[in-house]
This record gives sequence, C-alpha cells and structure tokens, in this order.
Amino acid sequence: MALNIEIDGQQIEVEPGTTVMDAAHKLGIYIPHFCYHKKLSIAANCRMCLVQVEKAPKPLPACATPVSDGMKVMTRSDYAMQAQKGVMEFLLINHPLDCPICDQGGECQLQDLAVGYGGSRSVYAEPKRVVMEKNLGPLVSTDMTRCIHCTRCVRFGQEIAGVMEMGQAFRGEHAEIMPFIDKTIDSELSGNIIDLCPVGALTSKPFRYAARSWELSRRKGVSPHDSLGSNLQIQVKNGKVMRVLPLENEDVNECWLSDRDRFSYEGLNSEDRLTKPMIRKDGAWVEADWQEVLSLVASKLREIQVKHGADQIGALAAPAQTTEEYYLLQKLMRGLGSGNIDHRLRQSDFRLDDKAHGAFWLGMPVAALNTLDRFLIVGSTLRKDHPLLALRLRQAVRHGAGMNLINPVVDDYLCKVANKSVVSPEGMVAALAGLVRALAESKGEAVPAMVVNANVTPEIKSIAESMSGGENKGIFLGNLAQHHPRYAEMHTLAQEAARLCGAALGVLGDAGNALGAVAAGAIPGRGAMGAQAVTGMNAAQMIASPRKAYILMGAEPEFDCHDPVAALAAMKQAEFVVALSPFKHGALDYADVLLPVAPFTETSGTYINAEGRLQSFNGAVKPLGETRPAWKVLRVLGNLLNLSGFDQDSSEAVRAEALGQDAQERMQRFMNNRVEPIHVSAAVPEEMERARLERIGEVPIYQTDAIVRRASSLQRTADAAPPVARASGMLLEKLGIQGGGMAIIRQGQGSIVIRVDRDDCLPANCVRLPGAHAVTASLGPLFGELTMERA
Amino acid sequence: MILQGGPVIFNTMHLPEPWKLSTYESTGGYSALKKILAEKTPAENIIAEVKTSALRGRGGAGFPTGLKWSFMPRQFPGDKYIVCNSDEGEPGTFKDRDIMRYNPHALIEGMIIAGYTLGAKAGYNYIHGEIFDIYEGMEHAVEEARAAGYLGDNILGSGFSFNLYNHHGYGAYICGEETALLESIEGKKGQPRFKPPFPASFGLYGKPTTINNTETLASIPYIMREGGQKFLELGKPNNGGTKLFSVSGHVEKPGNFEIPLGTPFSELLKMAGGIKGGRKLKAVIPGGSSAPVLPAEIMMDCTMDFDSIAKAGSMLGSGAVIVMDETVCMVRALERLSYFYFEESCGQCTPCREGTGWMYRVVHRIEHGQGRPEDLELLDRVAANIAGRTICALGDAAAMPVQGMLKHYRHEFEHHIEHKKCLVQSGAV
Repeated sequence: MALNIEIDGQQIEVEPGTTVMDAAHKLGIYIPHFCYHKKLSIAANCRMCLVQVEKAPKPLPACATPVSDGMKVMTRSDYAMQAQKGVMEFLLINHPLDCPICDQGGECQLQDLAVGYGGSRSVYAEPKRVVMEKNLGPLVSTDMTRCIHCTRCVRFGQEIAGVMEMGQAFRGEHAEIMPFIDKTIDSELSGNIIDLCPVGALTSKPFRYAARSWELSRRKGVSPHDSLGSNLQIQVKNGKVMRVLPLENEDVNECWLSDRDRFSYEGLNSEDRLTKPMIRKDGAWVEADWQEVLSLVASKLREIQVKHGADQIGALAAPAQTTEEYYLLQKLMRGLGSGNIDHRLRQSDFRLDDKAHGAFWLGMPVAALNTLDRFLIVGSTLRKDHPLLALRLRQAVRHGAGMNLINPVVDDYLCKVANKSVVSPEGMVAALAGLVRALAESKGEAVPAMVVNANVTPEIKSIAESMSGGENKGIFLGNLAQHHPRYAEMHTLAQEAARLCGAALGVLGDAGNALGAVAAGAIPGRGAMGAQAVTGMNAAQMIASPRKAYILMGAEPEFDCHDPVAALAAMKQAEFVVALSPFKHGALDYADVLLPVAPFTETSGTYINAEGRLQSFNGAVKPLGETRPAWKVLRVLGNLLNLSGFDQDSSEAVRAEALGQDAQERMQRFMNNRVEPIHVSAAVPEEMERARLERIGEVPIYQTDAIVRRASSLQRTADAAPPVARASGMLLEKLGIQGGGMAIIRQGQGSIVIRVDRDDCLPANCVRLPGAHAVTASLGPLFGELTMERA
Repeated sequence: MILQGGPVIFNTMHLPEPWKLSTYESTGGYSALKKILAEKTPAENIIAEVKTSALRGRGGAGFPTGLKWSFMPRQFPGDKYIVCNSDEGEPGTFKDRDIMRYNPHALIEGMIIAGYTLGAKAGYNYIHGEIFDIYEGMEHAVEEARAAGYLGDNILGSGFSFNLYNHHGYGAYICGEETALLESIEGKKGQPRFKPPFPASFGLYGKPTTINNTETLASIPYIMREGGQKFLELGKPNNGGTKLFSVSGHVEKPGNFEIPLGTPFSELLKMAGGIKGGRKLKAVIPGGSSAPVLPAEIMMDCTMDFDSIAKAGSMLGSGAVIVMDETVCMVRALERLSYFYFEESCGQCTPCREGTGWMYRVVHRIEHGQGRPEDLELLDRVAANIAGRTICALGDAAAMPVQGMLKHYRHEFEHHIEHKKCLVQSGAV
C-alpha cells in the first residue's frame, strides 16, 4: 500500500517505511543534514534535518521519521527553519571556524550549510572546546576540534568496513571521536572516512595543505589496481595529480574507494619516474631522444629476429596496462612473427589455455555479489586482494548469506564465515574434489570418476550442505587459486561443483585489466576477442626457456612474476631487453633501453573489469617530461619495423580495431568460465610427501603493481610492513623455532633470514610467506617446496 | 529520614525485617502470583485489571501502564523481555532504592506477573551503580525467591518459567533513559536510541521489551491481589493508587512518604514536619530536578497527582519533592541544576551536547557576578533551542529547570546581573 504525503506543498506517493528524508529527496527537496548518509544506518544525532510535521508536537528529524499516510511536512517553514538554525548555532559554538587553514574549506558541508543557516556573528562568548589530535596512521589526518560528532566514521567502521576502529569516548561536551587508545586505523578502506566526514576533522594526510579544493580540476579515471576498476575522480593542479576521490558508480565501487585506489597516486609523482628515454651505452645509462631510441629498438628487434628467429623475442606485459596497449603489443609481436606474449605473469599453471572457451570473469555482475545467498571462496586473501568486492560480500553476509571457504590461510574476514576448510595449497585440489563428490552424492548423481576416491572431510561436507541450499550462489576462485601450480584442476573441479549446486562460477581476477589483455589478445594462441593467432610461449615458458630479447611493458619481473628469481635470471641472460615503464626500476640492471611510458593517469585507454565492463578514460594530466602513452610508442615502433596496420591516430581507433564497434556486447559474449575438464588427481598427498614444507605465497596488498609499490604513504601503513613468515605452532615446535624468532628459509637456490610468527590457523607443514616483495624476492615461486630451520 | 508506610508499596513496613520473603508472604505477598499461575489467568484479563487501576508510570513520564503493556506483541515468537528501570538518578529522587531495600519481593512478584503477562521468560532489573548495597540486597532477595520456587523453571509447577537478573550500572544518569539502559545492559555505551522503533517492537537485544519503573512494577501485586478498582480508589480518577514521594530540602523530616495520589501538597509538607526552622516556603520542585520549579503560592494550592501538577505548569515526574525556603538564591540553585545536566549529557546529539554546557556557563557567570544584560534572553533562546530537539528527554530535562526558574524568578536573575550579588539574604542551600 502506497502512502500519500505532502512535502512543502508537493504531493508524492511513497512506499511504507520510506523516511521523510528519502521522500524529500525523491521530490528534489534538499533537507540540510550531517549525520545522515544513504549508505549508513540512521543515527539522527546531528539534528540538522529537523522539519515541521503537521500535528507533531515538536520538530522531527527527517532522516529518522518514517512517513505515514496523509503526513504534511514543511521543511522550510519558520518553525522548521528556527529548529535548523538553532542546531546550526549549537554546531558552530565550539567549532574553531578555522576555515582559512582547513583542508576541508571549499568542500565542507558545515561551511556550506553555515552560509544558509548560521548567524553572521557568534554570541557564544565562552572559551571553545579543544580536542587533542589523534594519530590515525599515515593516511588520515585529524583535527578533532572541528569534529561535530556525526559518527559517520564510527558507523562506517561498524557497518561497511566491518571493523569498528573509531568510537565515541567520554560524555557530553567532553565526547570525543577517537580510535582505540594508541591504535591507528588499519582498515584497507580507511580513506572513506575522509569522504564521509562532513567537516575538516578527518582529512587526507598525503594531501594535507597541498592545494585548496577550488584550485583543482576534476577528471574521470579508472583504477588499475584490482579487478574491480573503481571509478575515480582524479583531481589535478598544474599538470599534477594532487589527489584521488571516488566517482560514484553504484554498479562498481558505489561511493567507496579502497585505500589502494585512493592513495596510489603518490606513486605517480614518485622520484622513480622515468622522464626521458634512456639507453645503456658501454655499460652506462645515458638519456637519449625518442627518435634515436626507437630506431635502436626497431633495429635490435629486427636483428634478433633475423639472427635467432622471431621466436626468440618475448613480450611480458603487466596485467594493468590498457586494452589498447595490449592490442598493439600483440600486433607488433605477431607482426614480427612471434606469438610469445603474455600478461599472466603471476600465474603458474597454463594447462587450460587450450581448454577455455573465452575470457575468465567474475561470472556475474559486481552488483550481484550483494544479493548472494551462499558463496564459496576458493584460495583468496579476499580483503587484501579485492577490498571492495569483499565489502559487497560482507554486506551479503550481513543480510544472511552463508560464506564458505576453501583456503590455505585464515584471515579475519570481518564477517561470519559459515564453514571453512583450511588445507595446504596441495590439499586444495583434494578438498575441491571432496566437495564435488559430496555434492554429487547429496544430489543422488553419479559421482564423477575423477573424484570417486576423494576424501570428504566434515568441513567439506558442511560446505556442501551450505552450498546445496539458497537460490543465488557463487563459487569464486581467488588470487591464491589463480597463481596456484594446479589451478587448472581447481578450475575444473570448481566448475563441476558449481554445476552440481547450481552456483555461478567466477574468477575474482588478480589484476586490473586481465580481461582487457585477454580481449586484446595479449595471450599466446589467441588474438583479439579470441581470434585465431600465431601461438607461442606463455609467461612461464618465456621465463623457463629464456629468450634472446624481451619487451617488458609495465612489468617489473623481479616483483611481478610467479618466480622472480628465474625471471630475473632470464632478463639478465638476454641479449636485448627493452622496458616500457613509467619508472626506473630493476631493469636498470638488465635492460638495454628504457622507454618512459604513461601510467593510467597520463594516457587514454580502456580497462575491462572482472564483470566485463568496458571503462574508457582520457588522460587526466599531460605525460610527465618526455613520457609518451605506450600505445603511441608501440604504434611508432610498428612503423619503424615497417609492419602494416600501425597508423591509428587515437586510442579510440585502436580500441575500435581491437574490440569492434559493439565492444561491450562482444565482450559479454566473449566472457566464459567454461573449460573442457582436464585430468584431476584427487589423491590426498601421501604422508611422506606431506612432510615437505609448502609455501603459501600471497601478494601483499601494497605490492601488487609498480605504482602502488611507490606510493609512499601506503608504504607506511601496517599492511605494508615488511613481510614475516607465519607457521603453525605445531610446525614451529617440531622445528624448534620460537614464535616471533628468526628462521632461515630456503627455496630453490635462495635463502633468507626472516622472523617467523606463530599462526595456528595455518595448515600443518605450511609456511605463509608473501611474495612480490624485496625481502622475499630471492626465494623463488609463490608456491612450492621450501625448508625452514632456526636461525 | 522517615518512612511513611502505605498499603501498596511499603505494606511490610510495620513489621520487623520488612524485606524478608516470609514477612512479605505474611502480608499476602506472592498470593496474586500463585492465583494467576493456578488459574492460568489470561494475559488480557491482567492487562484489563491494570488499565482499570489507572496505574501510571512512576518513573517520571506518568504513562498509563496498562496501555504500555498492551503495546507489547505478546504473540511474537521468540524471546521477549521485561526490564525494570531501577536506575534512579534524578536528583531529589530516592524512592526506588527504599522499595528494593525494604520490600524487594513486591518488585520481584510484580516482575514475574509482568513477565507472565507479556510473554517474557527473562527479566532484568537495572540498578543504579552508586547504590551497590541495594544491588547486593536485591541479589539476596532474588535468591530467596528462587529458593522458594517463585523464580526459575516451571514456577510452582505451573509450566511457566521466568528468570530475573539484577544488573547494576555505573552511575550514569543517562542510563535511566530506557533505551540507553537497554544499550547498557547489552554492554554498549549508554546512549539513548532514536525512537521509533520503540522498545515494544525493538528492545533489549532487538527483541520486544517492556520497561517499567521499580515503583510501577512493585504496585502490580497489590492491583492483582486487591483488584484494579480498589487501587484506583486509593487515588483519584486517572491517577490511581498511592505514590511514593521523596521529600527533601528545607523540611524538618525529609523522607519517603507513601500517600494517595491527590493528597494536597500542604498535607505532605505537614507529614514532612513543615519548613525547617519555621522559615517561609519559597518554592518547590515537585517532580525531580528536571521539573520546572513552582512558587510557594502556586504549590500550596496543588494536590499531589499527575494532572494537578501538570495544570500548574510543572510535572509530578518521579515524585521527588524538593522544598526550598526563603533563604534560597534561585540563581545558585539553577547553577547547580544546570551543572548536573551539563555533566550528565551523553554527548550524542547536538543540542544537548553543546547547549547544556552553554546554559551552565551563562548561569555560572551570572551567579559569579559576571552576568550581562543580554544573558537572560540568551538563556531563554538556548533553552528553547534544546527543548524538543533532542533524541531523548534529557534535553528537555535540562531546559525545563532553566525555563521554570526564569519564568517565576526572573527578577532574581536580573538583580544578580545588575548588582552582582544575591537578592536573598543568605545564599546557602
């Protein structure tokens, strides 16, 4: 039954349960407010939204008052205005009114509303309240004297981030918003409280005093740091990115940003930026002009092609380049006659390459994650890999969804986990096999031959029971699964499990534009949109059988590859390495030419996120120094190599050539998680085998890509602390190592001395040791055997 | 301090060891419960009886108890709670502690009957944190009742189970606000919730909950034993029963007095021994510190019941009668009251957090000879901007004393501002 109400003389029909605030919003009537936020629970504590309601004995807060039939609301009557102005006066009496030195100035809700509702002079003649600053860590700066106690930051922690890191201590006038004593804000979503704060109490620490908001131009952008592709508002002054804010997109990032997306821009302005092309001459690096450098690159590539065969050239692209760049890179490579191109640098199992039917994707729209009833995450450090996808899944759990896990690690997911099976990386295949068996048995279907002997543990049985219920279901393969040496088997089994329980199968995606790379053909054997193409080596093969020449696009093999040691060795033995990169990096040791190419803020291009959404963007700022967009560099290189089809005059033209005019529809058809099943070995590893120690090598949240690794504030967060090894107490005891003590860890040829912390959630005989970090770069693959002894 | 017994609450007072279970039983205690359980009296009959009695909430608001009980969704499946608000923190009020000290079983029986009526299997008695001995005494009484089979599973073989838990707070005034009290029981910071939803639908742990004052619940056994009509007839229409009045201030014999609602104030004053030292009555705060003050001439015409005091422009509140004689400086009295609300504001919503401190500081400065001519208008405005604009009633409670004092004693404030000293001779309270 719809309710008819009247607000400021305008009639509207709304659903029961609607608040006056919502109804007014529908009518386009603005009611001033501070504590109300559409994504947070109602607090009704600021009292700014008091309105007059006919027959009500006192003004009512619009945000918390449900409408009733026939209600008459006056938001601008004298009575309402008097209430609103009264509240504004109270808000201002203890506010420092230090707008001229406040970073929020110009974009402050209190400042804006004070113009309309505040008095022109204060009659408050008492000393004002002063509140001590709090240290919230490297990202959020505080001026708590400005706080108006709206508790948005508190509610964000409780309701959205999933962890209450802020609270209101003390009473009355002494009330203070603060973190737990001596604790910083460590959530991977902490930056959102800056946006939520309606005053200048919480502001961005990296941006502090850097610019006034009205000096900034606002440009749209897309974040490359994870598979979500958060929409960005990139704020620019004098050709420099000054800060990044979320651009609201309900289907993608809602109004949130992860800290990684928000603060990575500092990496763009890092000292490491390469601003001129450079050539190694007689062992020394010298700057050169583009013409000279590109001619050199073209002639070297030709030389190697002629001397050793095109097959001796390999191209490794970081998985967060633009689709246009991938397209031209693969076109260049294939034009040279080489099919050696890949972007899946951290992947180690490529057995599905000829079994897949399309590009792996999330299996459902991002927004559908909130509506899941049951889901299973296989192999993921979810919050750190996908901060905002994790947020959506957490919302689903809050609304009653059952979360299941098959994982080698247990982190705090900040929500209820219904069932979990914690197994070693090797054991994950067996666990999934057990799940398939349990699901088949419970459904009364013939158990597939490959899992007939699989072991169904009680945990797996519970997961199977959970996944048998519910309507909207998903099974998602995370980054740990994608990088796993037996990914192909896991994908095959997950596909079967999903079929049996009626769930969608999804791949969370380990990088910003992995789908764009696949769509553009930056993958062996498949051209744009899966077209037939010259086949060649995948990323692992190019490392395992070193090539004579490498083209690196955005990649820093010493951090970005599954096996950094082997990757570095391959680079070092090569005759010729050309690195297209925004940064000077390890390539200084092994490359011959460095080409400064634009990061995502300095070029136009297209990213395709995990749900297959094409998001094109323009450069937000001009390329730094002599930096050029990589697509232009590749186009010129194609010309210099006399290859045909390198005369696109814009990135749009490249995109049209790569993806066609109806790119979004084609993409939708191209995405497919179905694979031809491959042979699965479901056996639980023998006891003898189990005596080996296995590495669980995740990629830490602030080590994912070259830009993030150089974002200085992010690098000072708790999440960016140098990695330590973790192992169960049982294992530590067996090895005679004290929790928190030092150990020698050997993997392959490398060894490091590192602190080992006790983590009893880990499976026996596993050492959790992150990769993609200088501390562990000398060790080898993310997964595999290692040894550990007391140092 | 004296205790004036009465038929409803202090009905054991004339006996030795009035707090004991056996004493209570000897005056008919627990007979109402036994009868209800034996006859399986339908809940609606009990509610009807309470409605007949015209029992009104004794915690301050005076809301009809029968009506409140009828809001409870009794058929709602799952847990429901009855909560007793013994967080007596209003300055001037000291009646609930004496109920728990001298007749705890009246409260326990009342809560069991309420639990039975409202479908609650558990009750919480939230006791003010600064009266720990009362909490211990109450714990003892609950154990007595449990041992006698009045509490626990399958009470007296009736199949009805009810458990009662005493919970003591830590002395915050705001935890006497019913939703802040619920938050506090849940282990959270005591801050009022925004209503709606009301506790009857979303209360303790999110379950339907009825919250009544100690005195209210302690009146229930009498009503069920003697009938609602008899209770009503103790008082006057719409103001049933007797009520405890905590008389304090400038009287010869301060104390708790159980008298019928509708008793003239002059009689109550007489019971309390009249004004101390034979001085003249100046003013009375009739219902706890948040009630607006009433001058002597108005007060002497009032009878002590909800309607009469409301008509006079104040409120009966919790029945805390603060008597002030001619030596009281109203500026100083208000300064003390305003300081209390400033100190006890929870800080959640803007008008109360910011406004209570402002009011206190202005009154403080007037009292200390630094008042400004515009200060009284400022106080009027600040009080008006707090009243009715806050999440809970603390804002009103802070504003009403200011408004009451300025209404009746504005000249004293003006005198203070102009002459930088008191109008009355002795400023001692």
